[in-house]
Amino acid sequence: MAIIDTVLDDFFWRALLGGLGVALVAGPLGCFVVWRRMAYFGDTLAHSALLGIALGFLFQLPLNLSIALTCVGLAMVLVVLGRSRGLATDTLLGILAHSALAIGLVVLSFLPDVRVDLTGYLFGDLLAMTRADLAWIYGGAVAILVLLFWLWDGLLMSTIHEELAGVEGVPVERLRVLLMLMFSLVIAVAMKIVGVLLITAMLIIPAATARRLARTPEHMVFLAMGFGMLAVAGGLMLSWQADSPAGPSVVVTAFSLFVLVYSVVRRPQH
Amino acid sequence: MTDPLVTLDNATVRFDGVIAVDHINLKVSRGDIITIIGPNGAGKTTLIKAVLGIQPLSEGAIHRQAGLTIGYVPQHLHLQPTLPLTVKRFMALSGVPAAACREALEQTGVGHLLAASVHHLSGGERQRLLLARALARKPDLLVLDEPAQGVDINGQAALYDLIRQLRDRLHCGVIMISHDLHLVMAATDKVLCLNQHVCCSGHPEDISRDPAFIETFGQSVAESLAVYHHRHNHQHNLHGDVVAAGDSDSEHRECSGHGHH
Repeated sequence: MAIIDTVLDDFFWRALLGGLGVALVAGPLGCFVVWRRMAYFGDTLAHSALLGIALGFLFQLPLNLSIALTCVGLAMVLVVLGRSRGLATDTLLGILAHSALAIGLVVLSFLPDVRVDLTGYLFGDLLAMTRADLAWIYGGAVAILVLLFWLWDGLLMSTIHEELAGVEGVPVERLRVLLMLMFSLVIAVAMKIVGVLLITAMLIIPAATARRLARTPEHMVFLAMGFGMLAVAGGLMLSWQADSPAGPSVVVTAFSLFVLVYSVVRRPQH
Repeated sequence: MTDPLVTLDNATVRFDGVIAVDHINLKVSRGDIITIIGPNGAGKTTLIKAVLGIQPLSEGAIHRQAGLTIGYVPQHLHLQPTLPLTVKRFMALSGVPAAACREALEQTGVGHLLAASVHHLSGGERQRLLLARALARKPDLLVLDEPAQGVDINGQAALYDLIRQLRDRLHCGVIMISHDLHLVMAATDKVLCLNQHVCCSGHPEDISRDPAFIETFGQSVAESLAVYHHRHNHQHNLHGDVVAAGDSDSEHRECSGHGHH
């Protein structure tokens, strides 16, 4: 298909397609972050992504893979540590988030042959999207969306009331672990778009914007997807017109939509 | 049918070696209303979670009738303000068909709230919604954790009355925790006074005279129970208005929360 080739040959279109793919999964997962108060958790996973990059260089693994594996590893550490009551969750998250980031930076500095563009990882490098990246994004997005659709009622019920869900036969623990795995995957792919420091914004801002207009959980998910995609498209245009960095431009657009919706719709309808 | 729904046999739960529930024997059969009372930290909620199957036992055994369906009414429905949810959607999440959901809401008196947001419900309406959700599953056993928390006093009496009516209609077993001693005493068949172990159990009237009960709750509480265990000649509807006893389909006449006799 010549037209598809032409589109994929253009870095702007690749960036747009990749960004839209990430917005599609960030919508529903972002809703869970907001509903379950997991914002800090998302941040922690994102910070560990930089450690994943360092480990990827160290062991010469594909970077997407090593980021995903590191996030999954950290998520599992959090699940296990979260069960013991030694430290408050936010303290634990704070320790792991910044330690993972710092260890990542230190390890990177020990690799003399590797010259890394840190800014790209910290703030995203949307315009450098390759065809392989696109395959990763859409592969991950399809996997996550299928899983979410399949497990939706159980996930939602255990978010509303964990014990009630448990009594009704929902495998609450298994779903929690699965949700964390999905976060890890989405963070590994979203890094490319907005970078380590801004990923949580992609998850939270569209979902929070959607909340003001939504009537049911599902309604909120679709609105969050829409706002996320608008933010990606708008941010890329801004970056194109004003020559601003693409990742931060996407977040600025998402934030503008948030402010707009919250000032037009004064109180939640439902 | 004479098989008990749930049997606890020397059920014991320890948390890090500290005993929370101490060798409890308990049978719940169809038609029973068993109320668990006890001071804070007595292990009431832990015991109920063991019955529900979400709290493993450290010792002892629990036996549930094969194919037992449990309807659980938790103490609260704490909904994050960020999660939009209508009554209809919440009911549908139980997996029960829409018609049965509507019927359950009608039974608990909140059928008119189908399209409302759960965030906008009052405390009493929320409890009735939770009760409806439990009923929609056609439970053999209804388990309630302080069902009248956050409900005003008229609503409390009406709620306990409703629970009793539902027991009669569904012929299910009911086990509940309550702090509303005077209300519960009138609406219950058997009281289990818990303080880690069962400190006493039996019919409410006998319990209020039991020395172990008086020791746990004090003389004044015990005396007030004796006063409250009586029959009224009228009832109150949901809004607190007086309704002549004969107008209601309920065969129970007790109603508390008012001082006039």
